[in-house]
Amino acid sequence: MNGTAVLHSIIDGVLTGSVYALMATGLTLIFGVMNIINVAQGIFVILGAYLSYALSVHLGIDLFVGLAITIPTLFVVGIVVERVFLSRIKGPERVVMSILVTYAISLVIEGVLNIVFSANYVELHAWYVNRSVRVFGIYLPYIYLLGFALAVVLLGALYIMLYRTRFGASVRASLSDQTSAALVGINVRRVSTVCFGLGVAVTAAGGMIYGATNAFNASSSYDLISRLLVIIVLGGMGSIGGALVAGIMMITIEDLVSVVWGPVWSNLAFFLILVAVLSLRPQGLFGKPSVRVA
Amino acid sequence: MTGKRRLFHAFGVVSITLASLATITTSSGASGSGTIAKGQPVLIGASLSLSGDFSGDGDAFQQGYKLWAADQNKKGGLLGHKVDLKIISDASSPTQVVTNYQALISTFHVNLTFGPFSSLLTLPAATAVNRYGYAMVEGAGGAPSIFNAGLHNVFDAALPVANGLVPFAKWLAALPASRRPKTIAYATSTDPFTEPQIPVAEKIIKAAGIKTVYYKTFPAEPSDYTTIADAVAATNAQVVILGSVDVPTVSAFMQAFEQAHYNPKAFIATAGPDQGKTFLSAVGSGNSNGVMVPNAWYGGSSNPESKTMVAEFIKKYGGTPSEVNADVAEAYAVGQVITAAVKATGGFNNAKIITYLHSGVTIQSVLGAVKFNSLGENNQPTAYTFQWQGSKFVEVNPATDPSATKILFPKPAWKN
Repeated sequence: MNGTAVLHSIIDGVLTGSVYALMATGLTLIFGVMNIINVAQGIFVILGAYLSYALSVHLGIDLFVGLAITIPTLFVVGIVVERVFLSRIKGPERVVMSILVTYAISLVIEGVLNIVFSANYVELHAWYVNRSVRVFGIYLPYIYLLGFALAVVLLGALYIMLYRTRFGASVRASLSDQTSAALVGINVRRVSTVCFGLGVAVTAAGGMIYGATNAFNASSSYDLISRLLVIIVLGGMGSIGGALVAGIMMITIEDLVSVVWGPVWSNLAFFLILVAVLSLRPQGLFGKPSVRVA
Repeated sequence: MTGKRRLFHAFGVVSITLASLATITTSSGASGSGTIAKGQPVLIGASLSLSGDFSGDGDAFQQGYKLWAADQNKKGGLLGHKVDLKIISDASSPTQVVTNYQALISTFHVNLTFGPFSSLLTLPAATAVNRYGYAMVEGAGGAPSIFNAGLHNVFDAALPVANGLVPFAKWLAALPASRRPKTIAYATSTDPFTEPQIPVAEKIIKAAGIKTVYYKTFPAEPSDYTTIADAVAATNAQVVILGSVDVPTVSAFMQAFEQAHYNPKAFIATAGPDQGKTFLSAVGSGNSNGVMVPNAWYGGSSNPESKTMVAEFIKKYGGTPSEVNADVAEAYAVGQVITAAVKATGGFNNAKIITYLHSGVTIQSVLGAVKFNSLGENNQPTAYTFQWQGSKFVEVNPATDPSATKILFPKPAWKN
């Protein structure tokens, strides 16, 4: 182990973690506004990856250019899913029912993807995927740099939308207290639908980067959703900033431990830290201490 | 409180139901007499990973099982009984696979069982099946932990994994000193399939004076492979042995190596490159050149039974012999072993089948000769090293084998 290796692992962690943060942001936004745990978020990421794959392989569209198609497509998919399935879930069992419904949605999408693309692994290819630039003796892969930039841009856009627009004010009011938001005239239902659409739309970007850095098939969603849930629990359910910090923290800790003590300890070390954090702050790093009610 | 009480009630009902089911299935003596009424099909059950981490392999295994069943039915089935397969998915879960085999035997009343995919699932599956007195012939559970578990019912038609890397290690050790690499790195996932292979190879390689500069294990599903691969690349080892169970692991290492401008002289992975088209589509055909994998079978095998199966497979699914996944052949061989056992014992009695398979008989299959030792290992197959050379998947080791192609060494540069 040397200083360069440690620095390299931290850079790797920040670059990769930002993409996980992007995927987790959608999940936490949906939970924050709708009180819904969207376990289909993993399969939406994979759906985004497959859409990029189809555009790239069949139409020769560049992965990043293709986002102009895949992001709006997944936004619409999110809107449809929310309107058709999730808006019907009401009452005190809403959170539990949302897990079951989104799990069912996940299984259906997985089945369809398996039929359309088979269970064979694929990976997204472009000239910049396997290339890198050398900076102070460290090779930084273009795809991770581009993924980081994409995450910064999209998270920045999300931030501006939330804090600089009228709609963002409605979202924040809904995040804070749905009943009060409704009382001051906010159409919470519409806000929820759009937020679900946005939460799913960001998976198109996350899915593209994931698919360019990992061989994947429809079943890859299981690994993803478990990690995304851990990120939003650590960051604080419903906290967008928390998802960002926790995403980067998770991968950076794992990468750092991998270099310092060995890869076999990486997951264990992270989960020990997770348990320690949750013992001190059960609501997560940036979550609200109050218990949410439907 | 009401919610909690309801939860306890639910748990109570589920527990009683499960206990009752366990009693019923235990007392039913599921292995049965081994006779099937005339005109009735023989039902063969298998749990396969049709989703989850091993879904690529599970899918290929399903193709192999189905191909064998179709071929057998064309020949009139097993002892005149049509072969029906009952395949259920275990989602790559070592706990679900147990539930599945219990259901296959006690609920679906299958006559015979075929194994699941991977050593990780085969051990719990074989243990569960053993309780019912069923034989488990399988093609993807070659880890020593399975044969050392004291089970009498498990038979692995494929190559026992422990010696898989031996031909590669011997080839490396036998290279003239001027060509022999000086350093080697080992990175392996924590898996019963991968871990036993590395120490066997390392012993041979170390004795040849090749220095180990990296030897680490990593969790089966890390969030990020980059750091591990970067650490390997930082050693600049001339050879890399990767203990992998699937394509994504190999693909992630290859991508990180290329990004780090690191190209070892030889690169071998325990599994992944043997998965034909799946491997090529993940890593890109240009980058597969020179990558090696140990196995006992490949699509270009000159074994007549294998040739027939490969031709049938291509007719049904397309592709080339190089693109046929080795899992397909391993699954097909399972069916061939059962065919021989059923014919020899004259029925479907699992106890007789187990005795027959332990009798030292040699059975011909697409994998070559199959003969089980007392532990259920197939001690017949020779371990080979295969290598991607352009778009062809060829045998390169042992070099003394007449069908061996000259090894591509050093490995060509990455091309993507």
